[in-house]
Amino acid sequence: MIIKVAWRNIWRNKRRTLITAASVFFAVFFGLIMRSIQIGTFGNITDNLVSSYSGHLQIHKKGYSDEKILNNSFNSDKSLINKLKTLKHVKYVVPRLESFALASSGEQTKGCFVTGISPDEENSMTKLSEKLTSGKYLLKNDKGALIGDKLASFLKIGINDTIVLIGQGYHSVSAAGKYPVRGILHFPSPKLNSSLAYISLKEARKLYSAENKLTGIAVLLDSDKNTSSIKAEIKNIINLNEYEVRDWGEIMPELKELIQSKSVSSYVMLGLLYMIVGFGMLGTIIMMIAERKKEFGLLVSVGMKKTKLALTVFTETVFLGFTGLLAGFIVSLPIILYYSVHPIYLGGKIAEMYEKNGFEPVILFSSDTGYIIAQFIIVFIILIVASVYPVIKILNLNPVKAVRD
Amino acid sequence: MNIIETKNLHKTYKESEIEVHAVRGVDLSFEQGEFTAIVGPSGSGKTTLLNMIGGLDKPTEGEIIIDGINISTLKGSKLIDFRLRKIGFVFQAYNLIPVLTAKENVEFIMNLQKRPKKERIKRAEDLLKAVGLGDRMNARPSKLSGGQQQRVAVARALASKPMFILADEPTANLDSESTRNLLEIMETLNKEENITFIFSTHDTRVVNKARRIITIDDGKVLSDEKK
Repeated sequence: MIIKVAWRNIWRNKRRTLITAASVFFAVFFGLIMRSIQIGTFGNITDNLVSSYSGHLQIHKKGYSDEKILNNSFNSDKSLINKLKTLKHVKYVVPRLESFALASSGEQTKGCFVTGISPDEENSMTKLSEKLTSGKYLLKNDKGALIGDKLASFLKIGINDTIVLIGQGYHSVSAAGKYPVRGILHFPSPKLNSSLAYISLKEARKLYSAENKLTGIAVLLDSDKNTSSIKAEIKNIINLNEYEVRDWGEIMPELKELIQSKSVSSYVMLGLLYMIVGFGMLGTIIMMIAERKKEFGLLVSVGMKKTKLALTVFTETVFLGFTGLLAGFIVSLPIILYYSVHPIYLGGKIAEMYEKNGFEPVILFSSDTGYIIAQFIIVFIILIVASVYPVIKILNLNPVKAVRD
Repeated sequence: MNIIETKNLHKTYKESEIEVHAVRGVDLSFEQGEFTAIVGPSGSGKTTLLNMIGGLDKPTEGEIIIDGINISTLKGSKLIDFRLRKIGFVFQAYNLIPVLTAKENVEFIMNLQKRPKKERIKRAEDLLKAVGLGDRMNARPSKLSGGQQQRVAVARALASKPMFILADEPTANLDSESTRNLLEIMETLNKEENITFIFSTHDTRVVNKARRIITIDDGKVLSDEKK
């Protein structure tokens, strides 16, 4: 009977019920879509950067993060690499030797970031070969180079032209080498396109006179969720006096800060949205209580216990909110699920803007259950809190006064 | 045997800082099967007296004994439960639950008493037939006339098998025909089933039907006549 009365009561004032339910619906809908896009898009950006370059974790010689110079390189240790490969959740372990050099061709010269790579291992993690727009990928001990397309056009060179790299090697030895361009790469970020050059690890060591040296080992995990736990595990197996291990947030602090600041702003937005909904609900409930005060008084007069009446009205308000809450989920979830599989690729100026900031111009929805459940719980708590008001009012009801008023 | 007794009943309340003596030392008793009208002008204290007898309001002084129990000592859910089992109420403004049909409104009280569903349905149907609404059982209050709504209210008051029914100005909002119908129904129930009715009213049509008339004014009993 309580459920029947409560359900019918919420439809006594259809317009008001629909407006209140609609406010909950829109808050849930926009809240879910907003978080989904934010988590999906930033997750995608993070995954792209992590899997295309940094990895989730990197191991360096202690002090390298403060001063990224070749003198802070370390001797390649096969047993360490093998230990890392055996760790749970580790997908790829990629050794690198990185430094700066001047890239030159003809009369053009430009500073660039040279990465010595083990071509096969690098490709398995970063899928570097997929970024080739022309030419071929490097072979194991290849003597050629891969360069970003903007760097190539600045130097006015193409496939099989020669690029000269000049710089400072290990212990300040002068470094110089010439390399035929094997392939041209294109990255989503213009900054990377104009500053990256890849040569094989063997050639990099030769160029920088850094025999058997590495500046870092990148580690890619199966999921970002495991970054903290694997970082702690790696700390246990390396000599912390000799090495340091950093996660992608420490390697790319600007990205981490950007994600955090966007998350904070979205929490503020969500907070405001839900506050409005909470007060909207409360407004409806206060109106409903005021209108039905006499009715409540009479029900208590004829013998309905206040607790039972409070339960009926509590059920009503929960129904009212749940109608909007469920509608919000029913409408938004298929949209989220669809776009999590079919990302929206941006075009035109918006795409350019994304690329300029180094992001892939795509909007991806996240279907992660964590934030969906969290939103459900938040709205549910708001509904329960709003429903407490009539319960308190009814428990303090004076039936005679209520009837007389 | 008396089923209701009031002893030296007083009720004082404050209205805008002014003390109002609504009831001043009322001593009354009622027997099973009475058909009593409490009459008096507006503000004479009849509704306050009825509210106290119905356990809705507490006396400032004095006792109300119903079925041997001093109801002034009952509190909270015990008092609500006492009302549910012993007293039936009929209000001036009908006050049915608007979202329930006539039958569901009558059933509602029995539902609060946790009576079995079969019994509830049968009794609700019997009572609605008894008040002449056998063909309007599934209509909601908004689809019923004032007189019909008040008849449902009487059926609802009877549903809990109360010891007596308190009716506060039951005919105040009804036209002549509805009033006549309602009074006939209540009189029949009183005579045939020995149900006790106590009205507060200033409607002469009700007063004419009553077999006992208590006149109060300024919170005091002026006269108590039996026909």
